Amino acid sequence: MTNQLPNGVTRRTFDGSERLATRGTPVYGEPTDGDWRVWDAGRSKLGAMLENDLDLGLSGGETVLYLGAASGTTVSHVADFAGPTYAVEFAPRPVRDLVGVAAGRENLIPLLKDARKPETYGHVVEANVDAIVQDVATQGQARVAVENRRFLGDDGRLLAAIKARSEDVTREPEAVFEDALDDLREAYEILDTGRLEPYHDDHLGVVARPR
Amino acid sequence: MTDEGVRSTGWFAGVERDDVEAGASRIREGRADAPNDWPRLAVEAGFADDEDDYYAALHDAAVRAAREAAAERERADDQQLVHAVRAMDDLTERANELAERVAEWAGSRYPDAGTGVDYARELAERDPESPTDERLVSLARRTANLADEADQLRSFVERETPEVAPNLAAMAGPTLAARLVSLAGGLDSLAKKPSGTVQVLGAEDALFAHLRGRAPSPKHGVIFTHEYVRGTRPEKRGSAARTLAGKLAIAARIDYYSGERKPELDEELRERIERIRAKGEAVDDGATANGGGDEE
Repeated sequence: MTNQLPNGVTRRTFDGSERLATRGTPVYGEPTDGDWRVWDAGRSKLGAMLENDLDLGLSGGETVLYLGAASGTTVSHVADFAGPTYAVEFAPRPVRDLVGVAAGRENLIPLLKDARKPETYGHVVEANVDAIVQDVATQGQARVAVENRRFLGDDGRLLAAIKARSEDVTREPEAVFEDALDDLREAYEILDTGRLEPYHDDHLGVVARPR
Repeated sequence: MTDEGVRSTGWFAGVERDDVEAGASRIREGRADAPNDWPRLAVEAGFADDEDDYYAALHDAAVRAAREAAAERERADDQQLVHAVRAMDDLTERANELAERVAEWAGSRYPDAGTGVDYARELAERDPESPTDERLVSLARRTANLADEADQLRSFVERETPEVAPNLAAMAGPTLAARLVSLAGGLDSLAKKPSGTVQVLGAEDALFAHLRGRAPSPKHGVIFTHEYVRGTRPEKRGSAARTLAGKLAIAARIDYYSGERKPELDEELRERIERIRAKGEAVDDGATANGGGDEE
């Protein structure tokens, strides 16, 4: 069974193949068709989670806290279908691009902040967001999700991509994922997981809700 | 405002709706342990007409805050590192110079005089017994102080470099990474250099001698201090230096353009260096006959 795509996300044919697409201003030279632009799952962990049919529980229009927004590739698509979208990124160089993406999207709120220190943006990001999307390539990814639990509504969703190599390059990814899931269970109930191959090697997509 | 007050207020507290500058500064500097229903509270407090108006104000202030903070951090951090590593080298050089002077002077007075910065530190602890000793011990103290400051700067560089250039610092070690940034004049310029240039950074004299046709091309600059180069047999050092420089150049680009840590790069480099070293041993006899292979 195929899970429902959020409103504002669709599958369209680009150059003969079915691709995810959202409607908005192009950001990174992605192919477009009218207002629609390709959401490249190869460049987006969240896109890969949709392609691999994880049940994200998104219907469109949500308030989203996005951790690890980088240059804004994925978060631009999220802002296309979601409501207010808070985009946290800690590295200054990508934030320069992120600001450019946000300038053309009224609902995208860029924050140059460290996702490991939620108290530095607790005065900006509102309580009870509908979804936290997490794609931070730092050690202690589960810890970041647990720390940011404070922003998520009780019926909200955590949508995280766990990168095995960020935790420990020498260990088997499966073992790293098990540890990360154990740490997540401190604050979340795991609803669904799935590897992000072929789009991203050694990544685990996780859907969870607060305990 | 009390600490308690700061923690329970949103970014818009005390800010006028249209004062984007003040809003941006509160977004950058404020904090709160617990989030709240800020859009509703802002409307209730009369900051914004309605929630749409609130989000519009937040968007403008956040864009400004992020733009300013990013520009400042980019400007700031790598340049601070450049100053710190240069100051560290200056201090080390001066401390060594003065330690030599101290040793020479002390040698003329004490039969047990030692040498180097360690000896200057030892001498600095003594109670001077004559006007001449007073001067000598005072000089030793100043020398020890300079060496202490160099040590402080080294710890600062070791702490800061991984923040500024995480991949480069992990691969090269924080001090060498900071030296490369310093030699290039900044992380941005290092990120734009081809790996062949990274390979000979710090060997400019040898490089220009080579370009004038007076010397062989240098195999390595400051990256010689890296164990992957120094710990490789001399015939294979050129290969090791080229491989290391290639990965360092990539690390610098990732640090500058994305900032994302990629530990797999370290692993790839480790494997390639192992292969280079193993090849050197396996074809030990052929290595000298093939010596030119190093230059490719």
